[in-house]
Amino acid sequence: MSTETKAIELKEVYHLYSSGTPFEKEALKNVNISVSKGEFIGIIGHTGSGKSTLIQHFNGLLKPTSGTVLVNGQDIHSEKANKRSIRQKVGLVFQYPEHQLFEMTIFKDVAFGPKNMGLSEEEVKKRVEESLRIVGIGPDMYEKSPFELSGGQKRRVAIAGVLAMQPEVLILDEPTAGLDPRGRDEILAEIQNLHQTLGITIILVSHSMEDIARFVHRLIVMHRGTVAFDDVPKEVFLHVEELESMGLAVPQITYVMHQLKARGFDVPLDVLTLDEAVKVIRSQLGMQK
Amino acid sequence: MIRNITIGQYYPAKSYIHELDPRVKIIGTFVYIISLFLVSNFIGYGVVLLFLWVLIHQSKVPFSFIVRGLKSIIVILLFTVGLNVFLTPGEHVIYEWSFIHITGEGLYTALFMGTRLILLIMGSSLLTLTTSPIQLTDGIENLLNPFKKIGLPAHEIAMMMTIALRFIPILLEETDKIMKAQIARGADFESGGFIKRAKSLIPILIPLFISAFRRADDLALAMEARCYRGGDNRTKLKQLTIEKQDYVAIGVMILFILALMFLRVI
Amino acid sequence: MVVAQGLTYEYHVRNEQGNIEETQEALKSVNLSIEKGQFVAILGHNGSGKSTLAKHMNALLFPTGGTLWIKGMDTKDENKLWHIRQTAGMVFQNPDNQIIATIVEEDVAFGPENLGIPSEEIRKRVDTSLQAVQMTEYKDHAPHLLSGGQKQRVAIAGVLAMKPECIILDEPTAMLDPAGRKEVLDTVYRLNQEEQITTILITHYMEEVIHAHRVIVMEQGQIVLDGTPQEIFKRVEFLKELGLDVPQVTELAYLLRKEGIPISEEILTIEEMVEGLCQLKQKQSN
Repeated sequence: MSTETKAIELKEVYHLYSSGTPFEKEALKNVNISVSKGEFIGIIGHTGSGKSTLIQHFNGLLKPTSGTVLVNGQDIHSEKANKRSIRQKVGLVFQYPEHQLFEMTIFKDVAFGPKNMGLSEEEVKKRVEESLRIVGIGPDMYEKSPFELSGGQKRRVAIAGVLAMQPEVLILDEPTAGLDPRGRDEILAEIQNLHQTLGITIILVSHSMEDIARFVHRLIVMHRGTVAFDDVPKEVFLHVEELESMGLAVPQITYVMHQLKARGFDVPLDVLTLDEAVKVIRSQLGMQK
Repeated sequence: MIRNITIGQYYPAKSYIHELDPRVKIIGTFVYIISLFLVSNFIGYGVVLLFLWVLIHQSKVPFSFIVRGLKSIIVILLFTVGLNVFLTPGEHVIYEWSFIHITGEGLYTALFMGTRLILLIMGSSLLTLTTSPIQLTDGIENLLNPFKKIGLPAHEIAMMMTIALRFIPILLEETDKIMKAQIARGADFESGGFIKRAKSLIPILIPLFISAFRRADDLALAMEARCYRGGDNRTKLKQLTIEKQDYVAIGVMILFILALMFLRVI
Repeated sequence: MVVAQGLTYEYHVRNEQGNIEETQEALKSVNLSIEKGQFVAILGHNGSGKSTLAKHMNALLFPTGGTLWIKGMDTKDENKLWHIRQTAGMVFQNPDNQIIATIVEEDVAFGPENLGIPSEEIRKRVDTSLQAVQMTEYKDHAPHLLSGGQKQRVAIAGVLAMKPECIILDEPTAMLDPAGRKEVLDTVYRLNQEEQITTILITHYMEEVIHAHRVIVMEQGQIVLDGTPQEIFKRVEFLKELGLDVPQVTELAYLLRKEGIPISEEILTIEEMVEGLCQLKQKQSN
């Protein structure tokens, strides 16, 4: 019997900061997570819950104090593991990624990753063009300086810089932070497109419960360095009180359903999106179409 | 790794040394450093060490913190000691091999210089460990004030120091972040020759400079919005005043110098 | 408190040789009047001119056309510059880039120190300002060890210590997490209520403005909507066209109305939505 190889697996991972000093802090405690290929996962957690530390374990930027991290079934901290090829497979887009841009032209900046991989010039060119096309930056912009762009465009170029390495898994740490609603929707639509058309496994860290509810298929909640919940969003968002005690919230719609239930309505509690809510309320008020 | 830099770090505590006027501490440190260079034998260093030990004890700063400051100069320390051991000419040759001569005089000088350097760093790190950066800059500004007449921008120097101190931790963190972001894009900072490594710093330095300039721009605007217009007519939340304990400290300092002078005469 | 008449701001886009390539209008003949004690929220996407407007109110930018008065003072009057900046204090977006000192209370003192206020008076102001933003216990802390929300509260205290009559906040929550955003907003709304400080909040988070007295929507340097939050948010389609959001419950109410369910179009909070649905249900059962 063959079991499917997981994209990423964390087994009993612990991470200590400043270990052996009075400032020692346990950032991750016995974390077990396995990510299958093609999943769209959301990670939420209060600041300091360990989610930033967690995602840096996925591509080997941080090494667990104990426990193992497997990418495609291979232990990434073993002797023979090639760190660079792992970082190419698991792409990580940091918060405010536009702050990492440094080249004179957009084209060169996006080419930085594939060049580091030692690809041929043609291949680099192909990948840069492809990834810029995906994020909606046209060829007329290639020779422009990335610093002339607007905030949202800069961020898209930075994301293209990671995409050009053609990762199998893409981790995005709050990709919409600081953007206005339009910029936010554009980025989220692009991420969804990457998942649907290219089949890239997506791990999205976000503070917006509404965005999480709209996009992800599985939701991991981090709290004090441990995995508090790991389930489909509908199930996770049922735990309103626990989430609130962790400094988190649920989508507004879900709150509405909980309060309606308390007022005697016969509504399901696992309603997360507007469309579902409209349907439920319509049937409650006896207005079936 | 980048966050472990301890030199110039303040250790908050309530102690006699912490509460001294920063001006007294700054001048005291200067006197201490000068005294180190005037001392010519180990008896003198014995007195200095005793004096320093009392100060450290009084300051309530754990000894390990003071020793940690020494780690950052270990290379310089070894270099100084090595240089003196191997290059001091002398008559009492202890070991000889090809062009290497180790002499008794060499060992003595090396030990002497090494002690001087250690005492120097320990003493001056005590100043920064017991004086908050803001007090330190206030003290420096105040001490430099008399030189304003000859065109020395005392206030501006102090303001620059404050801002630098404020932004050092932010920029360190930012460096860490940018480095990680570029590593995630396959950058390699660990292998290759000198030129390759120097080149690999470009993807870190450029974003760092851009961010520093952006921050500087923002900060200038924020300062202007809060009515900053240079040092003229500015008042202070905390005025520096010389108190009873400061006079005691000055007295102790004078006794220390007298003791050294006395020993040097002998 | 704040009056703008035909306020226009043009800036030049220069090419590499420093020649003017084109002239753009960030503000186009804006007319506006804000009363003392009001809580006004300004919405708009990036580049709509809302930040430019804010910088005019603090005399960090000067109109190229029209006039702006702060408490009767023309911002172009150089003699009044410092008085204007003290009257209308400003809090910026990035919490890290507006704290100057290395100790919280020293930073709060920065404004009054610049104004040349005597030490004892500064002490008093620092203490009351830190209390007002509930940061007293952090007065000896280093700013870089605080959370984003705490840093913004320190920045607000720094403005309060100058005893302003008006506070302008330019996207103060854009870089914060939800907990930090809540901290800052609670503080801002409380200060407006308790101290009657005129507050102008610039943001693109719609949930933050539902308790404001008045909401102004900007687009391409002009004011396109101006009214109570209820009046603004019922224009769901128009706001979406502008690339703005509405609170999720408001959108729900809008969708329900489209389905023919007669719920009020002025719903902004979860409670109002639940209440509205309960009433509908009751009407039906009668």
